[in-house]
This record gives sequence, structure tokens and C-alpha cells, in this order.
Amino acid sequence: MIRPPSSPHIAGRSSVPLVMLLVLLSLLPGTMLGIYQFGWPALFLFLITIGSAVLFEAICLKIAGKPVRLYCMDFSALLTGWLLAMTLPPWAPWWIGVLGSFCAIVIGKQIFGGIGQNPFNPAMLARTVLLVSFPLEMTSWIAPRPFGTADAPDAAAGWSITANGIPDLDAVTSASSLGHLRTELGRGELLPDILSSTYDPLASAIGTINGSLGETSAILFLLGGLFLLYKRIISWHIPVAILTTVAAMASIFSLHDPDHYAGPLFHLLNGGLMLGAFYIATDPVTSPVSNLGKIIFGIGAGLLLFIIRTWGSYPEGMAFSVLLMNAATPLIDHYIKPRIYGHPGSRIGQFFRKLKKEG
Amino acid sequence: MPKLSIRGGVHPDEHKLTNEITITRVPTPERLYLPLKQHIGAPAAPDKVIHEIIHKGQIIARAQGSVSANIHAPCSGYVEQITDWAAPHPSGLPTRTMVLVNDGRELRDDVSTPVNPLFLRPEVIAERVSQAGIVGLGGATFPSAVKLTLGQSRNTPVLIINGCECEPYLTCDDRLMQERTQAVMDGIQLLAQALYGPDTIIAIERNKPEAIRLMEIACKDFGNIRVMAVPTRYPMGSEKQLIEYITGRQVPAGKLSADIGVTLHNISTAYAISNAVRHGKPLTHRIVTVAGDAVKRPGNYEVPIGMLISDLLAFCGLKEEPQRILMGGPMMGQALPHAEIPITKGCNGVLAMSRAEVKNSTEHPCIRCASCVDACPIGLSPLTMAAMLKKDKLDQAVDIGLKDCILCGSCSFACPSAIPLVHYFNYGKGELLIRGQQQQKDDEIKRLIQGRQVRMAQQEKEKEEMIAKRMQAIAKRKAAEKAAAEQNSEKEIA
Repeated sequence: MIRPPSSPHIAGRSSVPLVMLLVLLSLLPGTMLGIYQFGWPALFLFLITIGSAVLFEAICLKIAGKPVRLYCMDFSALLTGWLLAMTLPPWAPWWIGVLGSFCAIVIGKQIFGGIGQNPFNPAMLARTVLLVSFPLEMTSWIAPRPFGTADAPDAAAGWSITANGIPDLDAVTSASSLGHLRTELGRGELLPDILSSTYDPLASAIGTINGSLGETSAILFLLGGLFLLYKRIISWHIPVAILTTVAAMASIFSLHDPDHYAGPLFHLLNGGLMLGAFYIATDPVTSPVSNLGKIIFGIGAGLLLFIIRTWGSYPEGMAFSVLLMNAATPLIDHYIKPRIYGHPGSRIGQFFRKLKKEG
Repeated sequence: MPKLSIRGGVHPDEHKLTNEITITRVPTPERLYLPLKQHIGAPAAPDKVIHEIIHKGQIIARAQGSVSANIHAPCSGYVEQITDWAAPHPSGLPTRTMVLVNDGRELRDDVSTPVNPLFLRPEVIAERVSQAGIVGLGGATFPSAVKLTLGQSRNTPVLIINGCECEPYLTCDDRLMQERTQAVMDGIQLLAQALYGPDTIIAIERNKPEAIRLMEIACKDFGNIRVMAVPTRYPMGSEKQLIEYITGRQVPAGKLSADIGVTLHNISTAYAISNAVRHGKPLTHRIVTVAGDAVKRPGNYEVPIGMLISDLLAFCGLKEEPQRILMGGPMMGQALPHAEIPITKGCNGVLAMSRAEVKNSTEHPCIRCASCVDACPIGLSPLTMAAMLKKDKLDQAVDIGLKDCILCGSCSFACPSAIPLVHYFNYGKGELLIRGQQQQKDDEIKRLIQGRQVRMAQQEKEKEEMIAKRMQAIAKRKAAEKAAAEQNSEKEIA
């Protein structure tokens, strides 16, 4: 006898592993460009980070008595490790990657009950822990030196960098564009002077600048994000809300005082904004479920990002702003829900509908 | 004002492979099994006894109460037994069923039909629909006459004829519109006549261009009847969604569509009404789509109600042992425990699904991707509701809309984690039903106890009154006796 199962008896083609694989696929071009630019050490760190993330996941699943193979094959740990690797300085030592993966998978995810249960984005949680604990290692940026160029370390030298750290730290590192801007503004320099000497919008867009793997090519991550939009893996609400909020804030302030506030293009092309807007803030587990909720989440993250970048003590604030909005997600979900058919809806909703009708 | 689209919904693969196959009449099998409850409301009561001879079209069970429906014999022969037989439900639990033996003689009583039923008074049309045992044939099985009477009393200015057929695989309404356009159109006119000539809209999904074309031709002479092609999106054919799409208004929670001036009937119902009112043929047959990869000759079949699914599948042939047998479409249909279950009035499809067709993925944890929230046509948060039901927090689930869920299955369909969301909601609704019944029982017990208390008090009071009365009477008598005695003694003295 057939055990009578519940309707519906057919299902869409979407599945968790497929979703994760498409996200990984869309990250690939930007990642490859980053690894190409920063050479062997970047590749080693990347592999160590994602490898340890999957390992920690497997260990946790084993301890929790969950089916290791089934849950590891959903590729979520791989994605978390990958996203974390995108936010690390490419020449950071190996233990940064391993420790980061530990923070992300064990503390950020599995302690809360595994996939779907974590209140904070694991990769951003890990990055924040690392940044606060190891400020030196986490801010040692190097200028791009692609494979095959004279400055590029060979495989052996690259492994030595990953294993033992950068030998002559001061000689190779330089500030990131956002960091440079912050230091110079602090010295009392005016913005046009700072930018004219060092800043090239095209380089920032393509990604031939220093930074983490995920902070280099704004264009490739934008394209990756558009691919995810096209595939309906993510919805437009969060990225559009974040990007327009940041652009609007930057426009207002730079128009008001162009000597001290960078314009919208600078903000959009530099730092981890593109990666953050399309890949980090859209993490379904830690963002609201309703469309209006997503827009509120995006606006909040955009505002916080701009505030931290402009007036905070860190040059970049993607991780902080996402984590803060993650904390607000349950609250947003509690108050912002879609209107149920045939019901009058919330008071906020009624107010907006009335406006719409009159306007 | 029509809306541009409905909220949410999904677009499953259509699989409407049978939409070009002509309807085939299935010979009546040797035995028919007619459950007494094939409709919403009270079960019908048998009107024939065992071994009683029946003619085709005769009433064999009568409607009970205001919401119920008559059941008619689809064949001539006799009643073999009235017994318990597996119901068309996943449980397959037994239900009262009349078993008819077909003598194959197709004997029929003469029925008088009006010359032109379009001249009948609306109330009479509703009465004839009621007599013919017609229920909503789209699957809801709500007695059509009750709906008509309601529409008459509320005076609904809009009549929607639902030809959406948004369930995948099913094509019976599509074929009906293509092949029996005139009869369908006649039924629609009768419905319109029964509702005092409302604005009539025939809604057909855009994936049925031939049906749209033919229906448009058929209704071009009628000013108040028109065809509206609606987007192909599941669950467009759901009453609430279709009403909102066409009128731009939502049926308020807890109200009926008649409350906002809309009556909605299905294409198959219109066809059955034409048969009943114009030709005097009660509802004894219906068109059923038989499909699924396990079926050798899929198509649309005109099936006598009460035919066992096993007999029907034997007629259509099976390529392989079906992995799952469904009654209805794949989105909302019921999986049956076996095939020895009869076709009922509301059954629009029988699907014998092969192993490859049935979804068969392992459940993953919820990643809060909100696919279900986006897919829900009602605007619920299925993930939250399911999480609450998992913890048996029924009241919280009701607070966020469990009662509003129409069980359309869009959420489960869209879920990448293959979480059986509808299963949770079915469970929750079942628990609510049990709770409601318990509440009703408790209330009834309370009422009886209170009644008894009142009665006892009354009796006590009556008793006391009677005693008092008697005492009074005795006292009176004694006084009278005394007075008489005194008088006597006075007399004696005197």
C-alpha cells in the first residue's frame, strides 16, 4: 500500500543546494580576478578558509548527530567560507582564515542550531571578530601584483607568506582607498586634492586596486548580483535599497560640502559595498521575509554604512551595518507583514493604501 | 476595475497533454458505488431499499437539511446493498455508500422538460438545479442551488463563470468548452437567468486559446456575457483570487462572495445545469481527466458517478504500476490509499503518477528564503505558521492567518527545502476542527445541564406550589367541615 502523502504532489525545481551553487557560480568571476591580482598567497588563504569552513561544519554536524553528508552537500558552509575569504586581506596568514571559519561556522552558525537558525550573518560575524581582535593582520593591504608580473611571489614564496606572514610588512602594504581617504581627511587635506593624486574610478570599478578579494571589482560583483536577480535567487529590494540609500546620502553631503564628503560614485565603487549589497545583506536567513521589510532593512543598512564610513572610527562599515540590521530583523518581521487577503491589514499598511488611493 | 495580476502564485509545468483528445464515453461498469456524502453539507439519506429496482436518473438518496444534495442513479438495475465503503480521502476510511448493480438496459423514466427553460422564473430554475443534485463541479462540491438562492436573495450584479482550470494536467473544462460549447453556453444563460441577468464574465486562462476563441464566438450575440482571458498563473482558478482579479475587490474575511455582489460557478457546473434544466437529466455523469505518466491512454472521459477508479484505470490502461494515484489535480488533489474508491461528483481528475513524476526530495531545514511568502496568494507567512504548528502553538498560528489559508500548495511548491508546509496547515486546520467540535460538545453538555437545573428547579417549585395548594385545600376543607360541624351543632342546639 502507498502511504498517502500530502499535496502538492509536484514541486518546483528550486532546491537549497541549487540556490547555493548558483550563488557560488556568480561569485566565481570576481573571485578569480581577485586571486589573479594578488597571486599565490591569495589562492592559499582562499582554499584554507573554505576548506576549514567545510571541516568545521562537518565536525559540528557529527557532534550534533545530524546527517553530515546531506547537510554538507547543501554547500552552505562552502558559501559562508567563500564569503568570509572575500573579506580578508589576501595576504593574511593562514590562521586568520582558520580562526575566521571557526568563528563563522561554530560560533556564528552551529551554536544557534545550524543552517537557518543563526541571527547574524556568520561571515560578517567572523570578519568583525577578526577585525576587532587582530587589527594589524586585518588591515594589511597590498597593491595588486598579478601572476606573471615581476613583483608577484612564486608558489613557494606565496606559501611562505600565507604560512609565516608577510616578511617586510611596511614595504608592501598600503592603505585601501577608503582608509587612505579617512587618514588624509583627518590630516586636514581637502577631498579633491586627495582623490586627484590617487583615485581612479575606472580602476575601482574594474578592480585593479588594493583591498580584500571582495572589495576590488565592483563591476564583477554587480554583474554577479544581477545574475542572481535574473535567476530570482535574490530579490531586488535589499540591494536597490542599500545602493540608492548610500548614493542618495553621498549625493546630499557631497553637493553640500564637496571638500569633505566623497560623491556617490566613490562610495559605490570602493570598499565592499557591491559584495555587501548583493551577497551579504541578501542572506535570507538573517534578513526580513516581506518585501517592505527588505526595503527597510536595506535603507537601514545603507544609512549605517554611510554613517560608519563618514563619521565612524573604521574606514569601512559593511560588516557592522549588516550585523546591526540583522539584529533588527526579528523586529522588522514582527511589524512588517504582507496584508492577508480580505483583512484590513496593519495600521501602517492602511495609512499607505489610503495615501495611494488619494494620491 | 480588474487587477494586473494576483498576489503570489506559482507557475508549475502545465502537462495539459490531453487538451486535444476528444471526450470518450466510458461504458457503465457492472457495479457503481455511490457515497451518500459527495457534497458539502449533510449526507443524503437513501430513498431506495436493498433490492429495489431503479431506473436511470431516479433519485436514490435525498438531500437532508438546507445544505445537501440529491443523488441519482447513473444506470438502471437495482440496489444491491447499502454499506460502508472506502471514501475518496487519503485515509480511505469507510463511509455510507449505496452499491448499484447495472442491468445494462439503460431504462429511463420519462421526464417532462419545459419548452424553453429560459422563460422560467429564477426560483424555478434554482429548484430544478436543486432537484438534479448539482454541486460545484470544480471540486468544492457546494450545492449549486444554495448558491443560486443566495445570489437571488442578495441580488448579485456580477456572475463569474470559472473556466480557469489552473491545476496542471487537468483539461476537462477546456475540452468541455471546446466540444460542447453550445451546451456550456446554454448553462451559462440559465445561470444568468436564475440571477436576474447579471453582468456575466467567463474567465479562461490564456493557455486555452481554442476554448477562448470558441466561447467568444458563442457569446458574441449576448450583450451581458463576455469572455475574459486571464493570466496563466496558479491559483488563478481559486474563487477569492479570481474575484479579486476580475472585480478588483477582495472578499472580506469571514464573508461570502455574494456579500460583495459576486456569484461564481464552474464551467462544468454550467454544463450540468444545461443538462438538468433543459434536458431533464440529473447529475449522473461527469467529465474526468485521466492523466499521468503511468496511464496508457490518457484523455478526458465521461464517467458515471460511482465508478471505481480501478475500473476507470483498467479502461484507460496502465503502462506501469502507478507510484501514486490522485483524485483531482497535482497541486490540491488527494492521494488515495488504493484504487478501489469511487469517482464522486467533485472529482475532476484521476492521475496515475509514475515514480519519476512525483516529487521525491529530502527535506532540508528552512533557510528563511521567503519563497513561500512570495508565492502565497493570500499574503501569509507560511514559514512562520509552519514553525508555530511544529511546536503545536495553534493559537499563534491562527493569529497570523491559519484560518485564511486556502491550502493551494503554492508555498510547498516553491519551497527549495521541500518542507511539507501544506501538511502542517492541514494538520492545524484538523486540530481546529476537532477543537471546534469539542467546544460544541462542551457547549451542548453545558446547555443540557443548565436545562436540567432549570427543569429541576421548576419541578421543585411546582411541587412546593402543589403542596401549598393541597395544604390550602385541606385547610379550606377542614375549615368548611368545622364550619359545617358548628352549623350542625348549632342546628342541633337549636
